[in-house]
This record gives sequence, C-alpha cells and structure tokens, in this order.
Amino acid sequence: MTALPGLSDETAGLLLGGAPVRIAAVGVPEFAEVPRTAGAEVTALDWRPPAAGEPEAAWRLAELTGHPAVEAANREAVARLLAVRPVWTRVLPAREAIAALGDRSRRLLLHAGPPLAWSAMCGPMRAGVIGAALLEGWADSPEAAERLADSGVLEFEPCHHHEAVGPMGGIISPSMPLIEVEDPATGRRAYSNLNEGAGRCLRYGALGADVMERLRWMGTVLAPALSAALGARGEGVDLRAVTAQALQMGDECHSRNTAASTLLLRELAADLCETAHAREVLRFLSDNHYWFLNFSMAAAKLATSAAHGVPHSTLVTAFARNGVEVGIRVGGLGDAWFTAPATQVRGLYFAGYGPEDANPDIGDSAITETYGLGGFSLAAAPAITGFVGGTVEEALRTSRDMARISLARHEAYRLPALGGVGAPVGIDVRAVLDTGIVPVVTTGISHREPGIGQIGAGLTHAPLECFRKALDAMAVPASEIASGTGSP
Amino acid sequence: MEQATDDIAPDDGTVRTVNSLRRDTYADSVALMRAARTLGALPGVSAASLVMATEANLRLLADARLLTAEAERAGPNDLLVAVRGHADALADALAAVDGLLAQPDSPAAPDAPTARALTEADPGTALALISTPGPYAAAEALKALRRGMHAFVFSDNVPLDQEIRIKQEAHRAGLLAMGPDCGTAVIDGIPLGFANVLRPGRIGLIGASGTGLQQVSCLLDAHGEGVRQMIGTGGRDLSADVGGITTLDALELLDADPGCELIVLVSKPPAPEVAEQVLARAARAARAGKPVVACFLDGARSVPGGRVTVAGTLRDAASAAVGRLGGKSREGFTPPHLPVPSGRWLRALYAGGTFAYEARRILPDAATGTGPAGAQIRLPDCHLILDLGDDAYTAGRPHPMIDPTVRAAHLRVALADPRTAVVVLDVVLGHGAGPDPAAALAAELRRVPAAERPPVVAFVVGTDADPQDRAAQEARLREAGALLAPTSTDAIEWAAALVPAHRPERSQELTAAGGAV
Repeated sequence: MTALPGLSDETAGLLLGGAPVRIAAVGVPEFAEVPRTAGAEVTALDWRPPAAGEPEAAWRLAELTGHPAVEAANREAVARLLAVRPVWTRVLPAREAIAALGDRSRRLLLHAGPPLAWSAMCGPMRAGVIGAALLEGWADSPEAAERLADSGVLEFEPCHHHEAVGPMGGIISPSMPLIEVEDPATGRRAYSNLNEGAGRCLRYGALGADVMERLRWMGTVLAPALSAALGARGEGVDLRAVTAQALQMGDECHSRNTAASTLLLRELAADLCETAHAREVLRFLSDNHYWFLNFSMAAAKLATSAAHGVPHSTLVTAFARNGVEVGIRVGGLGDAWFTAPATQVRGLYFAGYGPEDANPDIGDSAITETYGLGGFSLAAAPAITGFVGGTVEEALRTSRDMARISLARHEAYRLPALGGVGAPVGIDVRAVLDTGIVPVVTTGISHREPGIGQIGAGLTHAPLECFRKALDAMAVPASEIASGTGSP
Repeated sequence: MEQATDDIAPDDGTVRTVNSLRRDTYADSVALMRAARTLGALPGVSAASLVMATEANLRLLADARLLTAEAERAGPNDLLVAVRGHADALADALAAVDGLLAQPDSPAAPDAPTARALTEADPGTALALISTPGPYAAAEALKALRRGMHAFVFSDNVPLDQEIRIKQEAHRAGLLAMGPDCGTAVIDGIPLGFANVLRPGRIGLIGASGTGLQQVSCLLDAHGEGVRQMIGTGGRDLSADVGGITTLDALELLDADPGCELIVLVSKPPAPEVAEQVLARAARAARAGKPVVACFLDGARSVPGGRVTVAGTLRDAASAAVGRLGGKSREGFTPPHLPVPSGRWLRALYAGGTFAYEARRILPDAATGTGPAGAQIRLPDCHLILDLGDDAYTAGRPHPMIDPTVRAAHLRVALADPRTAVVVLDVVLGHGAGPDPAAALAAELRRVPAAERPPVVAFVVGTDADPQDRAAQEARLREAGALLAPTSTDAIEWAAALVPAHRPERSQELTAAGGAV
C-alpha cells in the first residue's frame, strides 16, 4: 500500500481526492443515489454484461484491460498505422504485383474475405470466379469455367493474404490490372483492383458480354492510360490528402466516394488528356462515382498492415467478408481469422429487389472501417444516411459510438459535422467486447444469385462473435503487475 | 508531416516575413482561416495566413507581400504558413501552428451517450460502485482498479480466486478493493451501499460485516462521536484464503491518517492466522499512539488496558471506542421485568446477517432455516435465528432491508405460533434501506392483540440524521407494542433471558468468517 494520496493540506487523509468526487456506478440503479446525497458526482453507467455475457471471458477481458504490455503494444500499433502515408504509385498487372499470381504453373485466384473453398462460395463470388476464368482464357464458357472449378484445378486464396483487397467478390486474376499504393517512408505496398463502375459488375456477380468487354477494356485501355498519366505526372498521388478533403465534402470513402473520385480525377485529368483513348477513359472515370473506393481500400490495407504484427496488440487490422463468413484479424494474433456467419445488410434496394434477394455481407471493402472511414466517418456523409432509412443525427451518433471502440483519432481525417474532431481509427477488440458496441460498416448489397449484380446498399456490422473468438485466442501477457513484484 | 526549413526574408529593420511549409498536409480552408486569425492576433505579429499552396493562393500571398522564396517548392497538396511580424515573435507564432491545427472546430457535442463500460468513465473517476451480478463483478472491479479507481463491490457470489486477485491488484496499486460482498462504507464522508448518515469525526472503522459496521457506527454517532472513514472489506476478507488483504491495507491507511484518532475493527471471527496478523498490525498502530478496538463477535470480554482493546460484541465495541477516547459510555441497559412467556422458543427474524451471527453465539443450537423458499413457512420445534438477507431468502427479490414482504410473512407465522416465546426484530435505517422499514412490521404486530401474542423485542439501527428518522421509527414500533432494546447485543441478550430455562445442549461449532454462514 502506498502512502495516502493527496499532497496538499486540503486533500490530506482523503482517499477520493478533492471535491467534486466522481463515482461511476454499474449495477443496481438505486445504489447510485446513495453517494449523491453527500454531493458526489455519480454516473450510473448503461452497463451490460461484457464479452457477450460470458463471465470467464469477461474476467479475461478485465485482465487485458489497462495491462501495460497491451497498452504499449496498442500505442505502437496505432503509431505505425497513423504514420503511413499512402501514395498511389503504379498500375500494373496482378501477376507482376503479386508473386503467387505470377506463377504460370498455377491457376490461382484471389477472393474477398477469409479463406473458403469453391464449393462453399456464394453466388456472386462464384460468378466472379467464372468471369475471371473466362478473362484468363482458362475456359471458353461459364459452364466450362464451373467444371474447371469443380475439378479442383483452380486454387483460391484470400486477397488479404497477399497484401491486396477487392470489393464485393473481390476476385483478382493474374491479368487484371492492380493499383499499387506505397508508403514512401517504409516502401511498404498494398494493392487493389480497378473499379468497374456502377451497375452490372463482376464484383457484384454480374456476368455477360458487357461485363467481360469492360474487364478487357480496363486491362487494355484504362490501365495503360492511368499508367501513362502517372508517368507523365512524375510523382504519385497522395491518397491521404484526397481522403482528407473528401471527408470535408460529404464522403465517408467507403460507400460514398463521389467527392474523392472527382478529386482523384482532377489530379490526373491534365496528364490523362495526353494519353491514348483520353476521351473514353475520362468519360469512363467521370461516370464512375465509386472509382476512388479501391484506392481508399488499398490505402486502408497499407496502413492496417503496417500496424499488424505487434505482439499483444488488440487492434483490429482487418475485417473482411466472403459472403458466407466474415472475419477479423487482430494485430497481436498473427494470421488467424476470427470468423462468424455473414450478416444481412440493412438497407435500401433498387426497384424490383428486396431483402430476400440479398446475399449476406460480402467484400474486403470493410478494411476502410478499420482505417477510420466508412461507418466510422459516417458523420461526414449525411447524403448516404438514407441508405439505412436513417437520419443525419443517427449518422453523427454512429461516428460518436465508433469513437468509443477506437484507440485513436486520425490527425488528418477530420469530421466537420462533429466539430472537426479526427475520424475514430483503430478498432480495439477489448472496447468492442466491453461496451457491446460493434463496428458499423457501410456497404453495397449484392444479389445472392450469380450473374445479376448490385441490388442495393446499406449498413451492417461486424458480429460480436468474431471479437469473442479473438479474445479466446489472446494470452494475458506476463507483466510486473501481473507477476506481483513490488508496488508502483 | 514534413516541415521545410523556415525561410526568413528581411523586410525592414526588425519586421520580417517567414514562410513555413508542411508537405502533403491537407486542412480545410475554414480551419486554416481560423488558425490564421489567432496567429494574426499574437503580440508582435502583423499579418498571418495559412493556405493550401495552390497557384491562386500563392498569387494572393504574393500580392499581400507574404510570400518568400520558400513557396517556390510548394505544391497544391502542401500547407503554407506565412507570418509577418517582429523577428522575436515569429518563432512563437510558428510554434503555435500545430496546436491550432490540432484543435477541433468547436467543442465536442454535449449530448455524449451514456458510458456503458467503466473503461469509458471520466478519467477523473475516483471510485467504482459495483453491484452487478456476482459472476461479472470481479471483472468490473479489476477494470476499475486498472483505471486507477477504488472499487466498492456490493455483489456477492464472486469466485474466491477472483476476489484474491482483485485485492492483490488493489494492494499493489495503492487502491482499496472493498468487497465483494461489501454492504457498507463511508469514504471521505460519502456513503456507499447501505449506509447511515453519520456525523464526520475522528474514528476510523474497518469491517468485514456490513450490518455490524452499521450498528457500531450508529452507536458511536449516538455518543456524539463521528466517523473519519468507514472501510468495508467484504465478508471473506479475514478468511485464510484472502488473508485480510483489504483489512491490512485499510489499517495502513488509517494508521497513516493523522485525522483518524482511533480505529475500530469489526468482523466475524477471522481465521486464526489472519487474526494474528491483523492484531499484530493493530498493535503496531496502538504502540505508536493510535488506539485500536477489535471486535470479532466471539463474545470475548473486553480487556481494557491492553494495546489493542478486544470487544466481544457490537455494543461493547462501541462503548470501548468511546471509552478509549475519554468519553463516557452509556449506562448499561436494564430491561424491564416481564412475565415468563407461555411459549418455549425464541424466533429471531433478522434482516442483518451480522445480528444473526451475534445471536447464534448466545443460542448456538438455534435452527437457521424455515424450509424451502417460496414454500409454506414451517417454524422448527426449537429456537430459530433467521438471516433473511441470506441468498436462500433473497433469490429473485430485493434484500429484506428494502422489501419487507418475506420478513412480514415470517413474522405473522411466528406471532401465531403458540410455541413462540419471544420474537426479535432488527430495523436498519439509512441510505439504501426502505423509506419506512418499521411500517410493515408494526402492521403485523397490530393484527394480533398484545395479550394474545408473544413479546416482540426490536432494535433500530440508525441515526437521527437518517432519512427515515430514527425517533419516528422507534415510536412506530413502540406504539405497535414492540419492546425496544438500544443495541443488537442488548436485544438478543434480553430475548434469550426471557426464554424459559432449558437444558443446555452441546454447542455446535460456529462458522468462522469465510464459511458457509
């Protein structure tokens, strides 16, 4: 026991410090009234059983709370995450960017979310596989592509296992062009594919001549044009600056990228003018309000990957969905995925579609939420609150709630509607389990059948079960406090 | 954030213009203008501008003669700070820029949601008051301690190993873990749990028994003595497993506090080795001039003059404390003479567990239960000492100090039973207790004419300042025909004396602290 707190005469002998004495109460509400009668400021918390209501898990969570080794690990992880400056440097074929895709002896496809087998894939992802097999010339019809996949010749691995992210189905095949985002200070890189635009897209599981034609055009016309424009520009594009500005202009950079796409196009426009097919490239890009999404995702992957791998860190470094399962990765827990069944998305549907048509939550795009964007920056994007049938006030509350489960605020990403505070960044597994507040994700909705495509957009969340499983995998680090040496 | 070397262009004499460049830093123009306004108002600064270095903005700066050669390297994604002023003011102005940019536009929204977790509580929170279901309570306490808060844990049914862990953690952190199963405390004059309104004063109390602490502190209050601190430890603190961690920490605190002139310890009998350790620590305090009164409810007679005064009952603990401080203890209670009752057995129906313990010391063979909860109440054919605050009677309903229903039902059955010789009742006042605890008991007494029922001995634990008004509660009981005793100890001694003499049977071993009682 240390000496009595309080160095001044006024507080000598006092155990609770000077007035006003602050007390937090959990449990029976009537008990909160008792100390109030003596002038204490009592906050009766809106308590609920932590850790999904399992007492043993709640105790483990408590052991990790305020633990010096965990706190230090999270400080390190957050510092790494915030230090990343994502710069778009190149456009290049996937086989050149990702070594495993360059191996011509393999027929490897990358997909969104945690690992899963072809036999388990949902409709939209199966369509993506078929489209990719056609694009690569591995099959000459959708039926042949399915037979090929059934035969076991095709291999599947998550994008996330190759420093890449893909929206919705997230299928990346060797010949698809990828954008490369680099942190100049460390040389670390991350990748995403190029956005196909709205409507019928392979990423949403649409198939057909139009979809295939656009994919080929993206490889043969769009990618070379972007490459040439980047080359002419002479330097990469700082995506952090674009994102910071877009948050001031009504984007949350996951489900609304209108401002960011415009800003990015503005950065390139002058140099794109000089490239071949400039008019059709510019028209394609100016029609696509979503084309920044993949940049936002690659930037987020770059930053969260930098934060990954700090022992004992409880920072969530990935949240991804494959349409069947969703999973998180945690900074201090290695390469493991902590999964739960994919959730349904609550949202608005295009005419003629409804919740019964919707595929469960899918895509790597929720990486943006782990980077403080999307649902975490919903306050920046009042225009999309209609997706949830919600109000602007609810959007503000969502960003405030996300701050309660985040370790930091982003210094550059500011939320004007919340008085210019930084976007909450760095999901803490402990805070999610302690409060029961789950990360909110803004996302598109894909039809559950292959070949149809996007049918709506809305909000969903990362299930508590993922965090609960991650907690089970966390060891309580030995520390001076835990091992019992001396008093502080 | 990359900051270029500042470049100072001489103007005339001591006035200079400085440009400072932050590469790849975006800030909204409104935020920049606000920062510029603040910089411009600094002493010695004549002009300031913060802009994104677009060509248009650079032209504006050039027109305002705020541009230096530095800006030649600036691009539209760079933030340019331009300040003109006295040379010695420029460094301060530039140093202020980061702070200004880090400020939110306006104060955080006032309608912050209610925190759910202790980890979200205001960092200035000094204490966590925990009354969650027992399986979660220790986890909440551990989180509170990790956040630098003291913990008051009312919850019971907390695993023993977790109790030990939180108490060890509190000890190392220099904090108090009061409980689990801690019924009362008054810390810095602030009542916690079931607590009476006590006058402030010079006595420090430490107790592993909630109603015991309430009884002793109320008796001290009646003597004009006040409480410096009243630290509850939880019922198991002095068990061999827990080893008195909180009791010893509390002793340390009160010993070091010059405002505390005497320490009173109240507990059911500790494990012998723990008692030894606690008494040794108490003796150290006493040797250094701070008297200690220890009451372990074991009936040991008060031994005045020793370093540590040992008192066997709650009543004697209070008198010994008053005596050690030079005060005069109240005259001993002499009960009025009453006719021998027709029944044989004593029925003590307590809301306070400590009183049941104290009573069993006098009537060790008394039964402790009345059959399964919810079933018909069956009184045993022997003495009965009931702790109606026990889990068996509180499952699914509030403590009898709050909800009198269960006790009133038992009282009705006891009054109607011709075998009942005398009934004993406690009425505990203070915060947390019901608004009029005597009412339901008095109503039961009035149902039966006094001549047709056994005598009822009652005592009120409370102070004049308690919200229920002690005098009014006593009057209500007296009007209903109850006999009033001044203390729990007097009540049970009086009632036991009323019982017709019976052949003493072999005493059963009383359970020590931490046992099943």
